[in-house]
Amino acid sequence: MSDASDDFDDYDQGSEFDFEDESFGGSDYGDNEGFEEVKPESTKLKAYEVAHQVLSTADIQQRQDSQISQVASILGLSRESVTVLLLYFKWNNDRLLEQYTEDPEGILNKAGISADDDSKKREYKIKPVDGFMCDICCEDRPGLMTFALECDHRFCYDCYKQYITQKIMDEGESRNIQCPGDSCSLVVNNEGIRLIAEDRVYRRYLTLLNRTFVQDNEHLRWCPAPNCEYAIKCDDVSTKDLKTVVPTVQCACGYRFCFGCGLADHQPCICVLVKKWIKKCEDDSETANWISANTKECPKCMATIEKNGGCNHMTCRKCKYEFCWICIGSWAEHGTSWYNCSRYDEKSGVEARDNQAKSRASLERYLHYYNRYANHEQSAKLDKDLYLRTEKKMTQLQSTSGMSWIEVQYLAQASAVLQQCRQTLKWTYAFAFYLEQNNQTHLFEDNQKDLEMAVEQLSELFEKPIQELAGLKVTVMDKTAYVNNRRQILLEDTAKGLRDGRWWYQVEIK
Amino acid sequence: MPGYTKRLGRELSDLKTNPAIGISVFQADDFRIWLIDIQVMDNNPLYVGKTFRLQFRFTQTYPIEAPEVQFIRSLGRDIPMHPHIYSNGHICLDVLGSGWSPIQTVGSVSMSIQSMLAGNDRNERPPDDARYVASAPISPKQTRFVYHDDNV
Ligand SMILES: [Zn+2]
Ligand SMILES: [Zn+2]
Ligand SMILES: [Zn+2]
Ligand SMILES: [Zn+2]
Ligand SMILES: [Zn+2]
Ligand SMILES: [Zn+2]
Repeated sequence: MSDASDDFDDYDQGSEFDFEDESFGGSDYGDNEGFEEVKPESTKLKAYEVAHQVLSTADIQQRQDSQISQVASILGLSRESVTVLLLYFKWNNDRLLEQYTEDPEGILNKAGISADDDSKKREYKIKPVDGFMCDICCEDRPGLMTFALECDHRFCYDCYKQYITQKIMDEGESRNIQCPGDSCSLVVNNEGIRLIAEDRVYRRYLTLLNRTFVQDNEHLRWCPAPNCEYAIKCDDVSTKDLKTVVPTVQCACGYRFCFGCGLADHQPCICVLVKKWIKKCEDDSETANWISANTKECPKCMATIEKNGGCNHMTCRKCKYEFCWICIGSWAEHGTSWYNCSRYDEKSGVEARDNQAKSRASLERYLHYYNRYANHEQSAKLDKDLYLRTEKKMTQLQSTSGMSWIEVQYLAQASAVLQQCRQTLKWTYAFAFYLEQNNQTHLFEDNQKDLEMAVEQLSELFEKPIQELAGLKVTVMDKTAYVNNRRQILLEDTAKGLRDGRWWYQVEIK
Repeated sequence: MPGYTKRLGRELSDLKTNPAIGISVFQADDFRIWLIDIQVMDNNPLYVGKTFRLQFRFTQTYPIEAPEVQFIRSLGRDIPMHPHIYSNGHICLDVLGSGWSPIQTVGSVSMSIQSMLAGNDRNERPPDDARYVASAPISPKQTRFVYHDDNV
């Protein structure tokens, strides 16, 4: 699939809308041996797109295997030991090779691998041992099957199996399942687990290993959509880049999310501001009441205080600061003029009231952006409901109007674009909240306004009576193309601005 | 009935025939709950002359899985003051959680707790005691303790 999807100019030449499946091609697809379709050379990434690919569980398994083989051949160790080493080093080849070369024995020891591994590799065996008593279950009957790692901490087979099942199934452990012996740090490796565990447990173990492989790898991330088993590989973005790119990726399941933080698509706002914004919205969820005239903020901790009695001596429930309700000054400065404030103009009171005014102004500023942010979140839901109802009616209409399923797809496309644009708009407001005004921000605001208007116009079309809407196909398609185009323009400009350091923030971003 | 009765049977007879100093079985009528009384043997002024009561609760899978262990209050038995022991009796000690190994026993756990008390000179609760106790799960095993510095 090409990304003609993003190029709405040619829809009227009869090309299909396919932006739901849009895939971001890149020229660096060379290393994915046989993965998915080949991208045309000409496919250029837009400024707000990042090259990425979708990996299936089998792909992950294969990558893991080839990494193990590669390291095993370099170090001349068994695959089992190398797996334990790689798990210990969180799949970081370079760090493993570097440290292993310096101190092979120490590293084996730390990772929980017996030093007499390998070349003269000992085979794990489940066997009876004469005169044996299991320290876990205290069983000592003759012929009892037993197992031990290289450390010879021997336990009966049943206990070993129970122990491993518990670790894998109940504790979700795979990386570091140690010998049950007292303070023994030898790790039960893949071979040991395969030998001892039941099939279902072993399969679970392999799944867990796969998970750590993805979790430990900076360039891999699981798709967060529920029940989705794909992972995304994105080589061009690392944590340090997240101040200047918003790496939105799309999974094969259709879900769009941020590769940097795993949250749903939040372009154009960078991850760190998204996190701050979400935190702020949570903290300020009571803001509506906050502004009421009957409350004041504690001058120390800014907690909201409601006056519910006649006494002016206030004690903040949160930080215990004592102050005067009338002048907001420190109570300590009130000396003996208890319960009778005459200090309205004194220093601490004036400063404190100043701060209150500032804090209210900043609150109002926040609410301005928050309301717009929340409005798009809410509207996206309403749009979707409206579309679903429309779709239902359209389906009913098909039989009478003679329109085919394909012919009503423009509405599905329009709805999808609408959803995506609201998502984008929502985050433009969070972004704008933190943005320092400079002469670069005007263009951003203009783009935001244009997209906003276009989105509302498209949204309005959905409210038309169904009979009328059926006759508006061209209008809807035009509007859809226009809206999508506005979104791209906005994203392109903000992405370039991020890259070029054009945006300044009111908060420190680390 | 736990699956490992033979093991618990042996532990009980060991505890009774070979008791460690300051550790005694108060009640072990079944293989579900045991009550163990412990005393701190050196003359640590915080605990001198006092006896504390530990409750061990075993699951089906003990000793593969750690027992649930906590101090309980009863007549003449208080919760010892200690920066890793909450006032509801929950104990923040790694052998009861991530540090558990199936060859630990009721006896060895009791001794770990005994020495944890012996080495303490701070007459205080964990800093988050009030918050923890207010929202603590009934079983301390539901808590994912961040183990405090074990040298205290
Ligand atoms: Zn056994
Ligand atoms: Zn061992
Ligand atoms: Zn997915
Ligand atoms: Zn993000
Ligand atoms: Zn306060
Ligand atoms: Zn006053």
